[in-house]
Amino acid sequence: MKKIFETPIYEYARVPDQDAVSPVRHPVVVVGAGPVGLAAAIDLAQRDIPVVVLDDNDKVSFGSRAICFAKRPLEILDRLGCGQPMVDKGVVWDSGKVFRDERQIYAFNLLPESGHKRPAFINLQQYYLEKYLVDRLRALQAKGKPVELRGGNRLSAVGQHDSHVSLEVDTPEGPYNIEADWLIACDGAKSATRTMLGLDFAGRVFEDNFLIADTIMEADFPTERWFWFDPPFNRGQSALLHKQPDNVWRIDMQLGWDIDREEELKPENIRARLRAMLGEDTRFELEWTSIYTFQCCRMEKFRYGRVLFAGDAAHQVSPFGARGANSGLQDTDNLVWKLGLVLDGKAPEALLDSYSDERVHGADENLMNSTRSTDFITPKSATSRNFRDAVLDLAETYEFARPLVNTGRLSLPCVYDGSALNGPDCTTMPDALRPGSPAIDAPLREGWLLDRLGNGFQLLAIGVDVPDALEDGGITVTALALDPDESAAFARRYLGDAPGAVYLMRPDQHVAARWADFDAAAVIEALRTATART
Amino acid sequence: MSKLNTTPNIAAPDDFYAELLAIHEGRSKEESDRINARLILLLANHIGQPDVLSAALQAALSPSATDQA
Repeated sequence: MKKIFETPIYEYARVPDQDAVSPVRHPVVVVGAGPVGLAAAIDLAQRDIPVVVLDDNDKVSFGSRAICFAKRPLEILDRLGCGQPMVDKGVVWDSGKVFRDERQIYAFNLLPESGHKRPAFINLQQYYLEKYLVDRLRALQAKGKPVELRGGNRLSAVGQHDSHVSLEVDTPEGPYNIEADWLIACDGAKSATRTMLGLDFAGRVFEDNFLIADTIMEADFPTERWFWFDPPFNRGQSALLHKQPDNVWRIDMQLGWDIDREEELKPENIRARLRAMLGEDTRFELEWTSIYTFQCCRMEKFRYGRVLFAGDAAHQVSPFGARGANSGLQDTDNLVWKLGLVLDGKAPEALLDSYSDERVHGADENLMNSTRSTDFITPKSATSRNFRDAVLDLAETYEFARPLVNTGRLSLPCVYDGSALNGPDCTTMPDALRPGSPAIDAPLREGWLLDRLGNGFQLLAIGVDVPDALEDGGITVTALALDPDESAAFARRYLGDAPGAVYLMRPDQHVAARWADFDAAAVIEALRTATART
Repeated sequence: MSKLNTTPNIAAPDDFYAELLAIHEGRSKEESDRINARLILLLANHIGQPDVLSAALQAALSPSATDQA
């Protein structure tokens, strides 16, 4: 049977742009049809903003790559209309074990908080995510939404101008030229767009190699994350075992820095390693293997004129903590509504600088967390290794040491603290929903709060009377009026000790401002702040 | 009489651990050993109680001993 990553799903086809006398101008061109580029295109299409996606390939990405999708990105995918297939197909997990040498030193359960539509995490092969995104994009096309996905289209030159970006695109039938008002570069860690524009990607390379083997086996390991320090089958190094759908298991083995890459990649050598790990009797086949090194890097800014960078093109983190694809989805979640307002002439271009500011802040938080995990897993000095080993020495017997064991931290969305878009706060309400925070889901009498939020500005009024809608400068704020007793979790999360609340919510479900009472003038002022119209 | 607290007691463990590693960044083995010795003495003085210090010393000596007091 052909795997979904072996089947072309957006094959090259000639388009009228290739026969145009002069380059056709598009409002938005997205480079790269990975998870981030596709999410950007769907978000734009849902807003009726015409978008063309260019990709040099015609298939979903080969091999598994990203496997762990956290709650917030799943909520974003819900807003984009593809959260459900992800959760239906994905493996939900919340417990794990940590081993050292031949012993289990402890087991943990993340004890996810109840009262959320989406789980803390699912494991799912990246190619499924890409497939669901392409399916969604096709469904939007069928409804007449203005989105095009051009496979076999490789960006070969890019030029910045005051009023537009010029692009040369190579195809199997030769090159053609187009123009874009705005270009979103989602072309990955080796971003050709970034290179062609001569922009820096600064950071730190980690001197280590990791072998990934996505292994198909009928095994009775539980649905848990297992992490080993110094196991008998990989002495002096670490290893990870994690379940994905279809009996595919992600095995990740640290190899160290001085290795013979070609030798390690030979299937017979990979098989020998896996036999040592899984036991001689376990039957398995390899779906995908690769050896990777990684770096922690980011661009100085994510906006350069009319080119906006998102996902790995803008920032690259270590894989520990699932912050790659997860943070890329949060990038375009932040970007697309802003770009929509700028294209409509309802907000100044300065709003796009807030995209860079807010997501650079998010990237720095992700870089910090993934660097800390990396420093624990692969200590870079003798003293660092001493402390790491001391933590492991103590963790089996002494509970206090376990929170110090860092094999990758839960990927949580960042709060845009200090953002220029934030308006007034009301500190009697819970800190977790201060301006800049992503909305927290809660059960309502019917359905879930997050299914009622997003895409436009909203006034979430809880036990306070507000008008059905407000308007300023062509931007509408619609009311979502709810009772404090929709659910105990809802009241606890949104009110705390306050009797009532008015939250101004951004189109990306982040809090812009909040008050105890409704004041139309204050809301309009916060709306202007949240759209950089001050 | 106080007991050695071995349940999690550090509010932001990752921040603490990063700060701990940061003071050793770029130091030689000898410098780091000296820093660690000073750190132990500072923390021991802060704790003060002899029974707690004794329990900590024993726990550090044999961390997998399950017959902890």
